[in-house]
Amino acid sequence: MSLTGLFLVLFLVVHLAGNLQLLLDDGGEAFNVYTKKMTTSPIIKVISYGNYFFILLHAFQGILLYFKNRKARGSEAYAVKVTKAVNTNSFAASNMAWLGLLILVFLGIHMGDFWYQMKWGEVPTVVYHGDTYENLYLKVEASFSNIWIVLFYCLSMLGLAFHLTHGFQSAFQSLGLNHPKYSPFIRGVGKVIGVIIPIGFAIIPLYYFFLK
Amino acid sequence: MKLKLKIWRQKNQASKGTFETYDVVANEHMSFLEMLDVLNEDLISQKKEPVVFEHDCREGICGTCSMVINGHPHGPNGGTTACQLHMRFFKDGDIITVEPFRASAFPVYKDLAVDRSAFDRIIQAGGYISVNTGQAVDANSVPVEQNVAEAAFDAAACIGCGACVAACPNSSAMLFTSAKVAHLSLLPQGQVEENQRVLNMVNQMDAEGFGRCSNVTACEAECPKEISVANIAMLNRKYFKASLASEKKVQ
Ligand code: HEM
Ligand code: SF4
Ligand code: FES
Repeated sequence: MSLTGLFLVLFLVVHLAGNLQLLLDDGGEAFNVYTKKMTTSPIIKVISYGNYFFILLHAFQGILLYFKNRKARGSEAYAVKVTKAVNTNSFAASNMAWLGLLILVFLGIHMGDFWYQMKWGEVPTVVYHGDTYENLYLKVEASFSNIWIVLFYCLSMLGLAFHLTHGFQSAFQSLGLNHPKYSPFIRGVGKVIGVIIPIGFAIIPLYYFFLK
Repeated sequence: MKLKLKIWRQKNQASKGTFETYDVVANEHMSFLEMLDVLNEDLISQKKEPVVFEHDCREGICGTCSMVINGHPHGPNGGTTACQLHMRFFKDGDIITVEPFRASAFPVYKDLAVDRSAFDRIIQAGGYISVNTGQAVDANSVPVEQNVAEAAFDAAACIGCGACVAACPNSSAMLFTSAKVAHLSLLPQGQVEENQRVLNMVNQMDAEGFGRCSNVTACEAECPKEISVANIAMLNRKYFKASLASEKKVQ
């Protein structure tokens, strides 16, 4: 879980860097050119299939873990239960599977919106400097003018924020890396990416909804 | 001080339990267990079943007392066992909920007493060092660095109470097991059997039906001896190393 989780964090960083091109005020040119590169490059193809596999593996292991741990907990619940935590957010830490499930549902909807459209849907084309490109930018504009899609994206990013703030530092602990000198730094990095990545993603639908 | 207690009553392992409410008059000098003694005296004089709870040393060193008080194993005070929790931390008129430790691996015997023999079997699986008996060895014949001795001693402070399991939303026994692994493996005498110890203890822990650690850290937050989750990372490290080095198959 720790290795797949950290790989997915890496993926998020790269994905965010690409998507931030949507904030450029160029009618979508940079984004559409980038989209074409991403859908045609064989290297990206290999990496993206690896990525799908790791997401499914991570989700499968996570859900399996959830059931295992629920069984270990037993049928009788505490009448009063307070979960305190040290150096992590106790809400996030004790709801990783639910937060993950929210992310999984989000991924399904998100892939249906954009990835499926690129592969099998009807995407209009646009010509830049004599080359034709599929204009995914128009799809993005259309999706993000729908308040429900925008709200759901923001909610999912909140879930991702919690999943990452606990998950990033937790992965290091699972790998046996806990050190008085480095662990505070790792926890700090986890908090920073746990805030910056989700905000970075959420800015895009919000920008389109309110400013376009 | 007058208190209302909501206590879990359960006749035996097979029966279903419920909460019963009792009134008790205590004073702030009593420990939590002494307050329960007062309640039990009352119940006995009324010819009712006293509340069964476990206790032995009553000075915070044996790990026998075990109950969840207002949602916290050993009560809301940090670094304190139930027997060392004093009533001055409660107020007149408080309603206090007292429940047994909950985990599949810790079935309830009766009322607040649970079966923690799973911990004994984890210890039997590897929580020892093999040395020949005979004359006691000279204390300073094996040099141990000061900070290593301190770390081993911090881990050895674990009294095996099981509060970590009770606090963990996954009912994982990682804090207990890692404290034992760390305590023994940090010292030269324990390093000899390090690989087989960590494999055997972790396998036993899984076989007992404890959950998998997901680093919630509720264990450290509730541990009466404030054992650090850094020991869990050390166990993970030693487990990886032993799984790679050992000729035994790992489940
Ligand atoms: C882009 C998406 C995701 C990222 C970046 C991510 C990242 C992480 C990381 C770094 C951890 C910590 C691993 C560890 O402590 O060993 C983790 C844990 C977890 N994840 Fe995810 N995850 C993602 C999606 C999902 C999904 C879709 C699920 C499915 C339900 C899920 C369920 C879980 C669960 C249950 C845990 C707790 C297990 C544990 O801490 O050992 N995650 N995640
Ligand atoms: S680690 Fe702490 S809570 Fe767990 S058994 Fe040892 S003393 Fe009790
Ligand atoms: S009775 Fe011994 S630790 Fe509480």
